[in-house]
Amino acid sequence: MKTRILGVAALLAVIAAALFGLYGVPADLNQGDAQRIMYPHVASAWLAYLSFGVTALAGIGWLIRRDLRFDAVAVASAEIGVLFTALAIWGGMMWARPVWGVFWQWEDPRLTTTALLLALYVGYLLLRRLSDDPARRATRAAVVGLVAAVDIPIVHFSVIWWRGLHQPPTFLSPDKILHPSAPLPFVLALVGMLGAFTLAWTWLLIRRYQLARAELAREDAVRGGLVRRASAAAARPGVAARPAAAARPGLPASDDGGTPQPKAPAEATQ
Amino acid sequence: MTALRRNATIAWAIARKDAIAEVRGKQAAVSTLTFAAVVLLLFGFALGPDPRRLADAAPGLLWLGLVFAGLLGVGRFHELETEDGALEQLTLYPVDRRSIYAGKAAIGALAMLVLGALLVPLVAILFAVEIVRALPVLSLTVVLGAIGFAAVGTFYAGVTVRMRAREVMLPLLVLPIVAPLLLAAVKATSAALTGDPLGELPAWLELLAGFDVVMLIAGAGTYGFLLEE
Repeated sequence: MKTRILGVAALLAVIAAALFGLYGVPADLNQGDAQRIMYPHVASAWLAYLSFGVTALAGIGWLIRRDLRFDAVAVASAEIGVLFTALAIWGGMMWARPVWGVFWQWEDPRLTTTALLLALYVGYLLLRRLSDDPARRATRAAVVGLVAAVDIPIVHFSVIWWRGLHQPPTFLSPDKILHPSAPLPFVLALVGMLGAFTLAWTWLLIRRYQLARAELAREDAVRGGLVRRASAAAARPGVAARPAAAARPGLPASDDGGTPQPKAPAEATQ
Repeated sequence: MTALRRNATIAWAIARKDAIAEVRGKQAAVSTLTFAAVVLLLFGFALGPDPRRLADAAPGLLWLGLVFAGLLGVGRFHELETEDGALEQLTLYPVDRRSIYAGKAAIGALAMLVLGALLVPLVAILFAVEIVRALPVLSLTVVLGAIGFAAVGTFYAGVTVRMRAREVMLPLLVLPIVAPLLLAAVKATSAALTGDPLGELPAWLELLAGFDVVMLIAGAGTYGFLLEE
């Protein structure tokens, strides 16, 4: 119920921020209406970085506590992060076309960094889909999310250097919207949109987290059934006991084909 | 100090084992080198015969060739372990996981160095680049690039080694991560080749070295979790 209230509030906030951004603020003198894209664009970019930060922290949580709820947070945050990263890139391209004349500007470190960010976390999600055992998936995802998070600042600085240390930015930087001298309506529109988007992000995160828990519970039930059947077969006299060790991870060279994992349920039912 | 020495000995033993296996097997080395050479040839076709353009693009082509061939190399040193359950034996050794990572990264870096030693002259011949004067700086760049690539590649090879579709997943995960390395190495290489008129060479070498240190620490810190699974 509380989550539903949050969802409705987020929806109303996004609608209000959109209406204010479209009609409540005058058009930018230099960029015209195109500048209005900046409100959702900056908000999406902020949520992209927030998401991947949360994913990395949740990964650390899993590695330390071995509680699959951390992993549920990690996957929820990463998926939403990919969504907002794609939105940020799309908005950036829509803005760049009228203002810079091109969709893609190689000299903009934010754009190129964000594109690599998208590639990193699409890889992260693919990696998760290719791992069937919950504990193993969580570990792989956690370390990959951690290394990706470490890489992002390096990517950003390297691209800033790459475009040339001597050349000052010739275009209006989106940062300047937040300059103290920026007119109040612009600041309000931006902050309002940031707040509304963050509310929507929180709602999405909670819902996706609940879904991830449900998925884990289902995997657990399937696995539990398999384990029960295996142990029943082992207990029956005359039938060759199939030692639990045969189904352990790691013994065959490539064993991600959904082999039953006897030790997993205890962790997942928390 | 003794613990460090012990870990270094273990890393050395692992790297040495892989080197011997590779030297005796040879297939992987030959096919990887041939692959790199063919890639460079195709780059030439893709860019057209204009010698000026080819010479300008040469640093980028060199590093793309190294990265593509290197992906085959680092994957190879983990694939060795999947045969006959060798990886499970490796994880049973009562040793510090970081030394296993160090050994795998060391042999990966060595393979990259061998690759670099062959590809740099090849690029010089194919794309008419003068490398003799730039050789000391060029060597340093290749060494730093090889270490960084091996640090990242070894970590991801450990992630994907027991995974389905690892042939696709390894490049997919490694390529975006090594973007800063590629960028810095290409910039340093072209600065070295043109005599560094802008004086930017030290900055790029620093970036490369920084990338190496960060990724070695991140890889060594997390690789152990992958062996536990």
